[in-house]
Parts: sequence; C-alpha cells; structure tokens
Amino acid sequence: MLSELEVGESGILVALDLPAGVQNHLMYMGFVPEARVKALHRAPAGDPTVYAVDGIEVAIRRETAKSIRVEPVRTEMPVPSSAPSVSEDSMEELTSLYGAAR
Amino acid sequence: MSDCCGPVAIELPPPPTGTKAAGELHTIALVGPPNSGKSTLFNRLTGLRQKVANYPGVTVEQRMGRMAGVGREDLVLIDLPGIYSLDPFSEDARVSVNVLEGHMPGTPKPDAILLVLDSLHLTRQLMLAAPVLALGLPTIVLLNMSDLMESRGGAIDPLKLAQELQAPVALVSATKGTGLQAVTMFLNRQGKKEELPKLMLPVIGNAQSTHRWAAQVSSRTGYRAPLSANATRRVDRVLLHPVWGPLFFLVVVFSVFEVVFSIGQPLSDGLQDWLGKFGTMGAALLPDGWIRSLVLDGGWKGVTSVLVFLPQILLLFLFIGLLEDSGYLARAALIADRVMRSIGLNGKAFIPLLSAYACAVPAIMATRTIENKRDRLATILVTPFMTCSARLPVYMLLIAAFVPNIAFAWGLIGLKTLVMLGLYVIGFLAALITARLLKSSVLKSSATPFILELPQYRMPTLRSIGIRLYDRGRVFVQQAGTVILCVTLALWVLANLPVHGGHRPDLEASFIGSLGHSIEPVIAPLGFNWKIGIGLLSSVLAREVMVGTMGTLYGADPATQSLSLQTALHHDLPLGGAIALMVFFAFALQCTSTIAVVRRETNGWKWPAIQFLYMLLLAYGAAFLTNHIVTAIWG
Repeated sequence: MLSELEVGESGILVALDLPAGVQNHLMYMGFVPEARVKALHRAPAGDPTVYAVDGIEVAIRRETAKSIRVEPVRTEMPVPSSAPSVSEDSMEELTSLYGAAR
Repeated sequence: MSDCCGPVAIELPPPPTGTKAAGELHTIALVGPPNSGKSTLFNRLTGLRQKVANYPGVTVEQRMGRMAGVGREDLVLIDLPGIYSLDPFSEDARVSVNVLEGHMPGTPKPDAILLVLDSLHLTRQLMLAAPVLALGLPTIVLLNMSDLMESRGGAIDPLKLAQELQAPVALVSATKGTGLQAVTMFLNRQGKKEELPKLMLPVIGNAQSTHRWAAQVSSRTGYRAPLSANATRRVDRVLLHPVWGPLFFLVVVFSVFEVVFSIGQPLSDGLQDWLGKFGTMGAALLPDGWIRSLVLDGGWKGVTSVLVFLPQILLLFLFIGLLEDSGYLARAALIADRVMRSIGLNGKAFIPLLSAYACAVPAIMATRTIENKRDRLATILVTPFMTCSARLPVYMLLIAAFVPNIAFAWGLIGLKTLVMLGLYVIGFLAALITARLLKSSVLKSSATPFILELPQYRMPTLRSIGIRLYDRGRVFVQQAGTVILCVTLALWVLANLPVHGGHRPDLEASFIGSLGHSIEPVIAPLGFNWKIGIGLLSSVLAREVMVGTMGTLYGADPATQSLSLQTALHHDLPLGGAIALMVFFAFALQCTSTIAVVRRETNGWKWPAIQFLYMLLLAYGAAFLTNHIVTAIWG
C-alpha cells in the first residue's frame, strides 16, 4: 500500500482501487501503473503525506493512499543508459518516464 | 464585501459573431494545466487591459483581455481555468470544454488555441495536449519555463515534437517574456488562412492510455526531464517540519498583521493629513455656504475617510499575493488539513478561508476546487466569518480611537496588534464552530479525498503582484468614488433637512436624526448610539461604508465638525459600545456583494437568507454580551 511507505522510501505503482472520478484525477496527475512514487514529507500532524510522482509533488491523505497498491523498491533502480549521471531525484523522474513508456 | 469585485472599467466589445471570413481571428483561448505559468503568460500577452467576470450560471472565473502584449489589440484572449484533462470530472474542465466547443452562452467560440505546457514536467503535461489537439482548432504549443528546463539540464527537440503533434511548438518563458514572437507569427499565419495539415491523433482513451501515448511522444522527441529543483524539497523539510512548520505558519500570519499596522498606519495617517489639507484648500475656492458644506463635509470627508485605508488594504493584498504566488498557500492547506478535518472539512477549504482575509467574494468563488457539494456549501456558508479587508477600516478606526498605545515584550508586540489579532481569531473560531455544526447536522456527508498538488516554490514576480495590487486598488478607489460617494451625499442631504426658516436643523432634529432615534431602542442594549445605528444601516451595502457614514455624520454635526473622526468617536461612544461594535462587525454579514455571490453559487435565496439571519443573530448576541462584560469590568 502507498500508505505504508515510510518517508524517503519509493515504490512502483501497481493499481488504484478508487472510485472512477478520483482514480482518473490521480492518473492525470501521474499516478499511473508502473510509475515510481516516493514518499517525501508528512504534514506536521502526521497526515496527509506528500508524494513525488512524475516530477511533481502531490499531497494525499492516508485513507486514499490505502487504496493505492505499490510494490516497494528497496535497492536503487536500474538506470537507462541514455540518462546522464544526475542526482537520485531526477533519476526517479527518468525511470518513471521510461518505465511508463515500455 | 464589494471593494474587490465590482464592475471593471474596461469594457470589451463582444467580438462580431455570425458572418466572418474563414481563417479570420477574433477570439483566442489560453489553455493549460494548473501551475504551468498560464496566468503569468496571460498577463504578459495582455498587459493591464484585462477584465474578470464570471461565466453565467457557474462559479468559474472568466478572464479576458486584449492581446496588447504582442501588438494584437484586435484579438481577445480568454484565459481558461487550469485543468489536468478535459474529463468532465471537475467544473473547471466542464466549463473549458463548453467554451472551446462554443457552447458557452455569451462567449464566442475561440478561433485558435494557445496551449501552455510546463516544460519541466512535459510528459504528464502532454496528457492534456491529446484531447485539446483533438478539438481540431488551430493550436500552438508553448513550452513554458524553457529557460529553467535548459539551465537545469533538461532537453527537448521542439521540431520533432511539432512533427509528432502536427502543430507548431515554441519554447517560451512567461516570466522573462522570451519566445513570444512565436505567438505573433502563429497568429499572423492564421490570418493568412494557411491551413495546417490535420492531425491524426494517436490515442484518445482513458487516462492510462493517454499517459502511455504522452510518454512515448516525449521519449521519441528526445525529452529529458530536468533535474528537479531540490531547493523546494529542502525548504519543505523545514516548512513542513512537525515543530518548525506550524511555528513558521504562525509567525507569517502574525507578522502580516504587525506590518499592516506598523507600516500601514503611518502611511494612512500621512495620506489623511494630505487629503485633509487638499480638501480645505479646494473648499476655499468655493463660496461659503451650503455648497461648500455639501462638497467638503458631505462628499469629501465621507470619501476620504474610506480612501485613507488604501495603504493597509494594499499591504494586505500584497501579503496574500506573495503567499499565493510563492507557492506557500498550498503548504498552508496541507498543514491545516488536520484541523479542517476535525471540523468535517478538508485542507482545500483552507485556501478559500485564507483568501477570504482579503475578500469573501473571490474566496467563495475559489470554493469550486472542493469536489464534494456539501463540503463546498459548508465552506461557502462560513467564509464571510473570515476577517475580510473591508472590516479593516472599521477595526482600524475603532482601535485607533479606543485602544491605548501599550507595548509588551520589549516593544515587539503592541496591544493594538493583539486586539486586531483577537478580532481575526474570533472570526476564525466562529467559522470553525459553524462549520462543525453544519457538517455534523444538515450537511453531513462521507469524507472526500484530499488531493492537492504542491507547486514548486517560486519567486513572485513584481509584474504579477503589481497587476494584482493595481486591480484591487482601482476597484477600491472606484467603490469610494461611486457607492460611498452616493451614500455620503445622501446622508448629508438627510442630515441637513428639513430646513426650518432658512436654517439647517440640529443633527438630532434632521431626517437622519429621527431615523437613527427610531432604531435606537433596538441597538441601545449593545451600547450603540443613534449615529452608530445609521452607520449600521448604511453598512449593509458594504462594511467600509460605515466609516464614510461616520465621517459624514460627525462632519455634519457642528459640535464635532472640527475634531478628527477618531477623537469625535472617542468622546461620543462608551468603551463597552466600541468593543461591542468591533465584535458586531466580526460576525455580521454586511456585504451585498457576498450575499449576491452566495445566491448565485447556491442557486437561490434560501442559503444566503439563512446565512444573513444566523450571522446577524450571532453578531447581536455577541455584541450584547461584550458590551455588558466590558462595561461591568472597565465601565
């Protein structure tokens, strides 16, 4: 579950189990299967959490994140050969880009 | 309140409809996702010649302007709301589709589209390109923030992208104003009826297949996403920190009020001196008699007593603008989500509530981002409790007249600031408690998901802040020159009639005096005298009219004519009544513009009527208690 990611952890999105309207909205924001999502910050009160996806940052409450299935990623992702040596953050963007394009 | 939403001076003649030559341009639509820099580009393309209105029947704001920024004054540019897709999920997208297809009454069908995409996140932004290009209108794709993308190591081949999309593509920077000649070229070419080849769209399907198409296009065109700005994340590590985050938030809010007071007040005093001298000098040119009295005591004193608050109102709008343009407002919504949830709303309701500190009318329009209808209605109903800038003149006047100049904490915190902050807090608490009551009774609903994009922090540009201040300032001055002028002139006439044997009556014996005395029994328990009663009646139009009315009434009374309004009030009103008056203003819904916008938003008179009565009863009850408590302790 996306809600189970600790701050700093990443996951590959598997599927969304949400009402169609909400689900489409999230997908247009970049929450599509195979996208790489990283938990960035929690709000001071502990919820909602800010996730990085597809180069933007989106805040979602735990109750919604519970319905988004992710595959946790523990080790570093394989990097496409064309990518320059850049920071970890931009690699995420690249991998989510190429990951979704496969 | 109405000082921020009245009719705007620029009238755009409706572009000719019906017969027009093929390929001829009149109306251009600006389309783009939220946070793509669309508004900055709109300001760039139109300059100051813009007009804000509402689409009929819906809450979506419509911005239009002549494209003076690129030398095409003959063209009208429509700024459509920021949208992620053309899916009719949100009201913004429904309106956009209607406008683009020419189904929006009163808005001509656009002849061409400027599609703005943020080049920092092009893959996702391209998802909007597919449905927009599928509309079949001549379209140019503007890749905004291209300078930032390149400086951060990103890359794109615009020619390849143009081939993929079968539409011209240009790299632009709205903040720097570069690349806009492409817009001119595109528009000129449309005028020459040069037909572009029709695009065979690869996919128009669900979100997932659109995303797949967008990812393929961006990888085929050699798009390389730039390094993401780690600055934003580093800043957020502090600003969303469990301890520093909320602390910073409180410091921001407090310093706004402190600055509005400590910088705004001297400016305002200076303006008052200057306007007063100007009025006396001008009056000396008029013959002594009733005309001079009408112009000076009736019109000038009433209007200038409101005008002097312009510095404070501009400062407040400056801060709200800085918070919004820098991207901090979204963080504030995130921090506030927990509190908002406890009253049954979500963090998104916080953005309208915060912008209601400037004005409830745009704030009520901003509630459209709340997807759940009942949440939205609850937010609309509590928004007028937030202390809008129209209450500021009233508070400022009463605080300056009644609160002593005492400082605590080595002069850092003034008692005046604390009283002002207290008034803001009681308004906020009334909003929270009312929302809680509504959400646990008549407006109960299941929780809606809270999904909010946090934009990158940006340095607000002088230009966009300047345009905002110019707009607000102009409307405020216009209000003073029209509504408030009419009210104060009418009051002067009523205060000087009926004439007895060629002499003006005493103020008490005038028409306005007898009207005031007739409502005095109702307001006497609150500690108000009949002059305040007149002020309350006139302020139903808009809160700041109160100050103009007081200026005219005390100016027309020979006993107080020579005194400043502050001093006159100080001698005429007991302390209990003065504090009660501030409390009354904190709660009462005295603003016809707000009532009108609530009626439009809720499609009927039921909710605005309930809201008005509820707020009036609360204001009366609270003012009654305040008067008796203050009088018992200090009286």
